[in-house]
Amino acid sequence: MTILAELNDLTKCFGNRKVLDKVTLQIQESEILALLGPNGSGKTTLLKILAFLEEPTSGETRFQGETVTKKNAERMRLYSTMVFQRTVLFGASVYDNVSYGLRMRKMPRNVVEEEVKKALSLVRLEGFEKRSARRLSGGEQQRVALARALVLKTKLLLLDEPAANLDPKNTAILEEIIATANHELKTTIVMATHNMFQAKTLPHRVALINDGRISEVGASTEIFGKLSKNLASFAAIDNTFAGTARIIEGGTTIVDIGNGVQIEAALQKQGETSIFISPQDIILSRNPLKSSARNEFKGRIAQIADMGSLVKLTVDVGKPFTAQITKRSFNEMALNLNVEVFIAFKASNVQAI
Amino acid sequence: MNEVVDGIVKALQLIFSGDPTFYGIVFRSLLFSGIAAIIAALWGTPIAMLLGLRDFRGKSIVKGLFNALIGMPTVALGLILFLAFSKAGPLGFLAILYTPAAIILGEAVLVTPLVVSIATTAIEAVDQEMTNLAKTLGASESQASIAVLREAMNGVVLSNIASFNRAIAELGVALLVGGNIAGLTDVLTTDVSMYTQRGDFRYAIALAIVLLVIVFGINLIMISARKVKILLTLGRMPQ
Repeated sequence: MTILAELNDLTKCFGNRKVLDKVTLQIQESEILALLGPNGSGKTTLLKILAFLEEPTSGETRFQGETVTKKNAERMRLYSTMVFQRTVLFGASVYDNVSYGLRMRKMPRNVVEEEVKKALSLVRLEGFEKRSARRLSGGEQQRVALARALVLKTKLLLLDEPAANLDPKNTAILEEIIATANHELKTTIVMATHNMFQAKTLPHRVALINDGRISEVGASTEIFGKLSKNLASFAAIDNTFAGTARIIEGGTTIVDIGNGVQIEAALQKQGETSIFISPQDIILSRNPLKSSARNEFKGRIAQIADMGSLVKLTVDVGKPFTAQITKRSFNEMALNLNVEVFIAFKASNVQAI
Repeated sequence: MNEVVDGIVKALQLIFSGDPTFYGIVFRSLLFSGIAAIIAALWGTPIAMLLGLRDFRGKSIVKGLFNALIGMPTVALGLILFLAFSKAGPLGFLAILYTPAAIILGEAVLVTPLVVSIATTAIEAVDQEMTNLAKTLGASESQASIAVLREAMNGVVLSNIASFNRAIAELGVALLVGGNIAGLTDVLTTDVSMYTQRGDFRYAIALAIVLLVIVFGINLIMISARKVKILLTLGRMPQ
């Protein structure tokens, strides 16, 4: 496998704060690599270094066999592009946004028009050229940002939490686009995520990062199969729990994750195990639910995070569960810190990792 | 009161009469203040970009200084420049005292803090990731700075309008370094002052009306232009 980029013994400090600590990582050509780690683990900084937007404090960055320095960083940036976690758009039309990079590269006008059209088609925004980019919905804006990067056909595409502020429908569209870009354009993709499920399904390899250090790198099946305890110990990764499983009558499994919380899962597991429930699969209610969900817990809202059109809530039921709801639901339900709520999810939503 | 009403009526007659002296004063005001605003924009905008985009030691002091200089009394600056441009002064060799060049330069100095302060605020208000965005799409450092400037354009244009309005409406600098020489360095403000002192209210009121029309008119045009831009943008939106 050809190595496209590598970080050798790389450290990055901002003042006294060490954000990356002796990171060594190789990125293979045409792969999708996930950087999986909690918020504040150094993922964004690592991506910015690969985008040649930040210089390391010490260590080396190499791209296509060449060491990246201050002198050649501007030239190197033509081979790599990054889509930021928070969508940043120019106050202009979708066409002007998507064509920006091509115009910086002085491509002929007819080529620019054609490539923009293709890129918008790839992200399912055909006919959006003349629309004002900032007036689109959150999901559409994210796709414009992605089209703006894909149109450049760079060797390396860096995505920082690409689905962080998206609802499940737009997340699915986005994941399909990423997979297509990798498969058809052979683009090497490095994506930072704290979403366990996304890290499992999309990438070829996963690098676990925490406190600025990479603890493990390997094929996603290997990482998730062998190292479930390490993953579950990432305290800040939403809804991952280590526990003891036992199969019960009916063929389902009860996983005891401690503090009196027992989860019923449509799995066949016995003994020590790690499980994950997607925040989007958790239903939140002010009152007890009468539903087919096998898991229902009462708790209090311990944390609220505004993610634009979505809200992430951490509910303490003895163990912290993260649920993701729309802002509209959040307002209609008049939710706030310390409010008593009920969470529910189906046994089939529980995934083994 | 009758004198004032009489003055207003005669002023309107003067405005529409095509009087060359009157229109010469108006033209000089627009010209001198226009050039001063352009000069201030040319040297003020790069300063604003530096303050808005870069971090350096003493930045807050520099910003504070420009903010404070916005309120510089025009007579005080006029006096400083008079002393500088006079024969014995450090810039006496330029020999520009009592010439249009002195007024233009003086007004440019006067309004530069205004340009810098407003434009810096506008640039700082642009999303901080904009520079990185432009760079990651292939822009060079200077191209990235231009991208940020483009995003801040509304604020930068506002800074230029504000500087022109301040320049055309000021008296102290024009009077002290220009000398209010008829046909050469007399402008709207210096002549309003002179004709009022003489008791010739017809001329004074006419000149004041034109000054007000210019200042308010420009603002009105800019507001209308923004509204048209918004409507055009909405017009392009699919129904």
